[in-house]
Amino acid sequence: MGVTRTPTNITQGSQTKGGIGESTLRPDGTLKVTGEFAYSSDLWHEDMLWGFTLRSPHPHARIKSIDTSEALAQAGVYAVLTHDDLPTEHTKYGLEYTDTPVLADGVVRHHGEPVALVAADHPETARRAAAKIKVDYEPLPVVHDEASALADDAPILHPGRDDHHAGQVPHPNIVHRQPIIRGNAEEAAQRADVIVSGEYEVGMQDQAFLGPESGLAVPGEDGGVDLYVATQWLHSDLRQIAPVLGLPEEKVRMTLSGVGGAFGGREDLSMQIHACLLALRTGKPVKIVYNRFESFFGHVHRHPAKLWYEHGATKDGKITHMKCRIVLDGGAYASASPAVVGNASSLSVGPYVIDDVEIEAVALYTNNPPCGAMRGFGAVQACFAYESQMDKLAEKLGMDPVEFRQKNAMSQGTIMPTGQVVDSPAPVAELLRRVKAMPLPPEKQWEAAGDAADVRALPGGLSNTTHGEGVVRGIGYAVGIKNVGFSEGFDDYSTARVQLQVINGEPVATVHTAMAEVGQGGVTVHAQIARTELGVTQVVIHPADTQVGSAGSTSASRQTYMTGGAVKNTCEAVREKVLEIGRRKFGTYHPAWATAELLLESGKVVTDGGEPLADLVDVLEGETVDIELEWRHRPTEAFDLVTGQGFGHVQYSFAAHRAVVEVDTELGLVKVIELACAQDVGKALNPLSVKGQIQGGTTQGLGLAVMEEIIVSKDSKVRNPSFTDYLIPTILDTPTIPVDVLELADEHAPYGLRGIGEAPTLSSTPAVVSAIRAATGLALNRVPVRPEHITGT
Amino acid sequence: MDFLRPASWEEALAAKAEHPTAVPIAGGTDVMVEINFDHRRPDVLLDLNRIAELQEWEVGEDTVRLGASVSYTSIIENLRSELPGLALASHTVASPQIRNRGGVGGNLGTASPAGDAHPALLASGGEVEAVSVRGTRMIPIDEFYVGVKRNALEPDELIRAVHLPKADGPQQFSKVGTRNAMVIAVCAFGLALHPKTRTIRTGIGSAAPTPIRAKEAETFLAAALEEGGFWENGKIIPPAVARQFAELVSGAANPIDDVRGSASYRRHALGIMARRTLGWTWDEYRGNERSAQCA
Repeated sequence: MGVTRTPTNITQGSQTKGGIGESTLRPDGTLKVTGEFAYSSDLWHEDMLWGFTLRSPHPHARIKSIDTSEALAQAGVYAVLTHDDLPTEHTKYGLEYTDTPVLADGVVRHHGEPVALVAADHPETARRAAAKIKVDYEPLPVVHDEASALADDAPILHPGRDDHHAGQVPHPNIVHRQPIIRGNAEEAAQRADVIVSGEYEVGMQDQAFLGPESGLAVPGEDGGVDLYVATQWLHSDLRQIAPVLGLPEEKVRMTLSGVGGAFGGREDLSMQIHACLLALRTGKPVKIVYNRFESFFGHVHRHPAKLWYEHGATKDGKITHMKCRIVLDGGAYASASPAVVGNASSLSVGPYVIDDVEIEAVALYTNNPPCGAMRGFGAVQACFAYESQMDKLAEKLGMDPVEFRQKNAMSQGTIMPTGQVVDSPAPVAELLRRVKAMPLPPEKQWEAAGDAADVRALPGGLSNTTHGEGVVRGIGYAVGIKNVGFSEGFDDYSTARVQLQVINGEPVATVHTAMAEVGQGGVTVHAQIARTELGVTQVVIHPADTQVGSAGSTSASRQTYMTGGAVKNTCEAVREKVLEIGRRKFGTYHPAWATAELLLESGKVVTDGGEPLADLVDVLEGETVDIELEWRHRPTEAFDLVTGQGFGHVQYSFAAHRAVVEVDTELGLVKVIELACAQDVGKALNPLSVKGQIQGGTTQGLGLAVMEEIIVSKDSKVRNPSFTDYLIPTILDTPTIPVDVLELADEHAPYGLRGIGEAPTLSSTPAVVSAIRAATGLALNRVPVRPEHITGT
Repeated sequence: MDFLRPASWEEALAAKAEHPTAVPIAGGTDVMVEINFDHRRPDVLLDLNRIAELQEWEVGEDTVRLGASVSYTSIIENLRSELPGLALASHTVASPQIRNRGGVGGNLGTASPAGDAHPALLASGGEVEAVSVRGTRMIPIDEFYVGVKRNALEPDELIRAVHLPKADGPQQFSKVGTRNAMVIAVCAFGLALHPKTRTIRTGIGSAAPTPIRAKEAETFLAAALEEGGFWENGKIIPPAVARQFAELVSGAANPIDDVRGSASYRRHALGIMARRTLGWTWDEYRGNERSAQCA
């Protein structure tokens, strides 16, 4: 299947109802709100068994022996599997490096690593049997930070690495290192009138999706397996699953089940291989569903980071240079760490013009929980640091922080530190202007109701900690830059199959892709695109599965661009085919068939002048048009491993925030009153969904600013794996989020759209922290900001 | 796991006598979490949900008899004027769904230092009505919490109700958590003024192995109010007195460092909450006195 170029310059009209640009409602919305939506954890099969995973209580230990006999002897237990039971020599998997054991192979490298599997006829039986597996561990010294990872006597966590970066890393406990050198930072620093530096830290955030990892594997009669699962990228899973099972990919048939959020946390495999192994071993369907506790061990998290930054500026407020070093804790396995390093380094300057830079980003192997993809993907950590630096610089220069940013803001034509010229709109200064121009929320809203303070408008909320005492308002700004789509030369494509036929006297389009709908609203947008391009009302979205080509991951803010682009592209090919049929059937009846630009609108073939030529139903009578095509964005290049130069990113995405907070300065509690956001989205295919994405991303950024952190002890154990102690914002913590959407088309992208899902997550965090600093006068170099940091306790 | 569903209070008591290790479950907001997290695997669960009288309350002349299963939502909606401190504490319990299910009996049964009701109960004062087939005894709330997640109940006893004096003065409750709703207390503080007896009572949550009173602070404040004639003259409490009270409350705590907060933050925050709640209750007391005089 090659790439077919079809004409994209035809402007399909917007006559057809429910097309792009409308806020059509999502089909899953009501079901989710009323609790009727079927998630992967709701899957059920007659005769099914339940799988359970025994996990390591140690962050680093040698496994001296495993005795499964007592577990196997328990009534109701069908299988117990350890590493020794794996069917092929392919016993590892991984997104970028194949370094993650399916089941621990003689050593465990993090707290919660899977060691053994049990299948039983009841989940409780499986759990109890797992408790009877005797594992003899010999604890090993723990690598938990940069110093311990690079110490002379540091244990090498992955000896004999054979990944594609193994030859280039300065130390085997470094997953990947990406320097970027442009201009001459040393020389440029001489021109600086002021220099500010800072050390910043970002805690380990969790995706905290609400639907835990779950799926159902059903053994097939052909020796294959059908896997129903909540994931982010079916074909990436498939590529990793099939070799371990010893099956050709066509015998592992995957279907997407109801996904309860992802945010990057489902890019890596969790229970997929485990359920398949148990199903193939027992010959019975096997369901695995993690509970919340296990889920905290079942997926990767956002990389905690330490970041050192130095900036200089002239008296008139122009930034002279930037130097930074970013150390990301990748944890026990590589996951997406190499790509996160690429993002953190290439976006470390932020949306600013700085010609002279020295950048280094590394990810470490440690015995901490594995970290990988999460919304913002390396750009979040950098944004917190560079935006903190911008405030410091502005303060030192005595300039307004927004004006200072605008003075240095990048725009179309700016050269990135990687040498890439930004070749589409980059309205950074304008976004800042817009967000600053929004009216401020009124002061002291807790007094609005009358005599008694409305505690809901105060820090602490209904916990009733203040009636206004100690409360100080602060305002802060931030802006960020995120790449869209897969970068660094990755062959990024998506596939769409579109059928058009007459069903019950009506033209119906069926859109079949492998895109994982994880809640982002892709299925809604696909139907809108099909309506716009094919002029039909009825669109059926086929369940996502591996019977169609890969859609790539639902990540990197890429699906509307990529699979949306693929659907558009295939629809265009379908339209050409329809017109060809039309010309064959009816061409002789009207000269316009041969001469005019033809469109499909409201179930008719019409000329670009709006003259109807035929009903689609008549054209399609006795015909089914069915086309599957791959679609690619323009190619990117890898970053040079020494200089970091290269056309690495296909598109950039920008958002700016203004945060207004009330801080109880005595108790250290924060109430974010408002988080205004301005974002350029290129083209809003579904304005309501766009707003929802921006508000969701903003809220996730707020979570990182003031509460969300997986706390890992010095001995690399996870201390708060529950929603009791890992806190995410409730609706009472969620501020008003006014959204100002800009639509400046990117001519390289379908409909001119810009990926939007991640950018708002970046700037939200530093804006909130900046506002807290404004209220308290504290430095606050670490997120999440805890009451202890504000009160100095 | 056996699941017993007694249809009456008498049956429940008999079941508890027969199965002393049975874990009573009503709202389930503590028990189910413990079971889900596999922290607890009781042999027997004793479901009290069929016993309607546990969900009833009686407002008497001087006291409220609050059935063990009266939901926090009911307390907020119906007993705000009689039990203002407990009503404020009830507002901070988890989410609306959990407030609809959970009741004070569960908080007392679990006896976690983080239970939101405890500081309010300690500040109010009262008695726990503990019943077994052997009879009924009234356990003063001050003697109820005996250790980390341990209470004074005998294995065959069930909590029938708590008897709380109707508020004779202003009461406040304040709780620190690291988000603005649905959060377990980092620490909490309850304060009740008792003008009739000219006493002060306090309750501290999540800052010691058990819920505790800050007795030294209470005695200090009561004496300071008495000495200065504050109960009569209704003057503003001098900042030095408020400060000393706050320090004594901080000092009464015996907190630990954990994932929810540091020990030193908890001490600090308790002092702030003590000072603020004293201000609020005293303002209310003065306001009440003034309006009583006007009338």
